[in-house]
Amino acid sequence: MRESLPGFCHYGRVRRGEETRGIGVIVDNQKSNIRMMQGNSACAEGAIAAGCRFFAGYPITPSSEIAEDLAEKLPAIGGNFIQMEDEIAAMGAVIGASLTGVKSLTATSGPGFSLKQENIGFAAMTEVPVVIVNVMRGGPSTGLPTHTSQGDVMQARWGSHGDSGIIVLCPASVEEMFYMTVKAFNFSEKFRTPVILLPDEIIGHLTERIELPDYALLEIVNRSKPIVPPEKYLPYEMVESDIPPMAFFGEGYRYHVTGLAHDETGFPTNDPEKVEEQIRRINRKIERYRDEIVEVEDVFTEDMDVFVVAYGSTARSAKRAVMIARENGIKAGLLRLKTLWPFPDKEIEKIYRRANKIVVPEMNLGQIAHEVEWATRREKPVIRVNHVNGEPLTPKEIYERIKG
Amino acid sequence: MIMDYLYYLRKDKMPHIWCDGCGNGIILKSILRVIDKLGWKKDDIALVSGIGCSSRTPGYVDFNTLHTTHGRALAFATGLKIAKPNLHVIVVSGDGDSTAIGGNHFIHACRRNIDISMVIFNNYIYGMTGGQVSPTTPTGKKATTAPYGNPDAPFDISLLAQGAGAAFVARTTVQQYARMDKFIEMAFTHKGFSVVEVLTPCPTSYGRKNKEGNGVTMLEYQKQNAVTIERAAKLSPEELQGKLVTGIFVDRDQPTYLERYDNVRNKAKKAIPKVRDGENYAIQI
Ligand SMILES: Cc1ncc(C[n+]2csc(CCOP(=O)(O)OP(=O)(O)O)c2C)c(N)n1
Ligand code: SF4
Repeated sequence: MRESLPGFCHYGRVRRGEETRGIGVIVDNQKSNIRMMQGNSACAEGAIAAGCRFFAGYPITPSSEIAEDLAEKLPAIGGNFIQMEDEIAAMGAVIGASLTGVKSLTATSGPGFSLKQENIGFAAMTEVPVVIVNVMRGGPSTGLPTHTSQGDVMQARWGSHGDSGIIVLCPASVEEMFYMTVKAFNFSEKFRTPVILLPDEIIGHLTERIELPDYALLEIVNRSKPIVPPEKYLPYEMVESDIPPMAFFGEGYRYHVTGLAHDETGFPTNDPEKVEEQIRRINRKIERYRDEIVEVEDVFTEDMDVFVVAYGSTARSAKRAVMIARENGIKAGLLRLKTLWPFPDKEIEKIYRRANKIVVPEMNLGQIAHEVEWATRREKPVIRVNHVNGEPLTPKEIYERIKG
Repeated sequence: MIMDYLYYLRKDKMPHIWCDGCGNGIILKSILRVIDKLGWKKDDIALVSGIGCSSRTPGYVDFNTLHTTHGRALAFATGLKIAKPNLHVIVVSGDGDSTAIGGNHFIHACRRNIDISMVIFNNYIYGMTGGQVSPTTPTGKKATTAPYGNPDAPFDISLLAQGAGAAFVARTTVQQYARMDKFIEMAFTHKGFSVVEVLTPCPTSYGRKNKEGNGVTMLEYQKQNAVTIERAAKLSPEELQGKLVTGIFVDRDQPTYLERYDNVRNKAKKAIPKVRDGENYAIQI
């Protein structure tokens, strides 16, 4: 028996059709901004609202609706959609487009995400803003194409070789698919870095109510452009903010972009000091702004004996489990991680001592549980509740571990 | 007036990494001569490459330059060209870069017919990594990973491009530099995806392994063995052994990707009529 929250009934079995997708505000034939919309469509809509005008991708379940929606909408508003020959090409194309100043998106799932990793590292090294959506499905390998998972949390952080900072956002509702996509673009523009949106399949395919905002009122961030004349421009300058302004290709600032270790001019160097300085900066520019990036949702943690840490669709089950626990006289609290990387360790640290035990439910074998153990110095037992079978974690399963 | 190469080069990045006798510099000069002749502005040119000796070219020239991941130059270039169609996007690539790891992107760029010009530096070997076998290494030739002779059959890059649908395809040797200029100019001004395959000596990795001598000897070989497509048609397979067939393989006018996408745009605008242009969808950049 599966207990489900409203909205969960559609889990993974939604038949796509106009009625569930919601065309968004682009066809302005509806009086209100309230829609029934699928998570993937909300992501596409959020991208448009954020100013994305270029999408390159390669179809893969359960992310394809993002591509399909944008194939329909982008050309109508002067943007470009292109289906590339594979995920590697798609990742390259979005970086190329972004270099000309156009906000660019690609979307994929597990196997495609693995393919993109080399070029995600390139974007991090060359500081080109791009947004990558990975709608997580079961793995490893081709795994469970139509079923849910949270198995790519560590790949999102460490999938590419070398050390680079990364920002990973994890939505838990259709509405958050919209707003977090906007936020992902804002962070990528502000910090000149690839940003990953990491919904699980349930959220990608969930259809639920969403209220779309007036796009004109959304806060939109655009990358800062150089104010110095071209001769003075240093694309990787060690500026005070750690985020050098970015010139666009074709606008008179001729510069060199390479994935090789480079100095502040952008040209390859092996000089240990210069190399170290740049690699440290691209990591630091995210670490030092982590408070601005990291976001959590706190539910009943003021007085708790059991501390639940969860994210994505699992957090919805966890929230319900916490409610059930409270109804049964168990003081449980939940911290929902909206940001996965940088990891919300400070937020956990601040409150975990209030509880006697910690429960971490996730649809993998314990990827975030490790981080929680580390953030809590293993002072309290961390109990894992895991699935890797493509099925969601139910409130009941989580409640059993809160109780037991 | 004699053209000033230095105007296009990043002088402070010299000396370049290429070996004595390497043909890469000859191709670079040809590219610069053509750009100079066409009068293209430096700001309007994007030179994109993958990884390899030949792919180091962008580092030396004063354009918008992009040195990407191995084999992926065309993918990045595709994004650049679509997002900024007024850029002259040129891709330089090695034989390994373009037909091994980048083979998929190569055939699809040909098929897509996007308006990018590609110059492939074909030295039959992986130069940068020290002489491993490449998809263009002739059968039986030696490489560090083919110490007993290459067991594989090679690709003919120009025929591959032709079959995949490129709009312009030509092959030359670096030794025939006047032809090289002509072909590169034709490619740069051709509408759609154009490819110039340039056969170039790599004395360090290919020449040494196969006892073909230094750069001069290898150029001499090109001179003696280059034949035009027209002449090659009259030769028997035996007579063609070791010959370097050069000339224009394809020169056709066909709709480009961007032209076809303009149709998509028009249809989309009609299908979604109430677009709030400039208001809610104000372009942010
Ligand atoms: C993903 C990846 N695989 C392998 C390499 C190593 N690598 C660098 S250059 C190269 C081959 C280059 O050969 P070619 O494209 O023919 O260019 P050339 O150096 O001969 O000009 C290889 C295999 C790499 N940089 N990246
Ligand atoms: S290894 Fe070969 S291709 Fe590379 S620079 Fe030397 S001669 Fe040229």
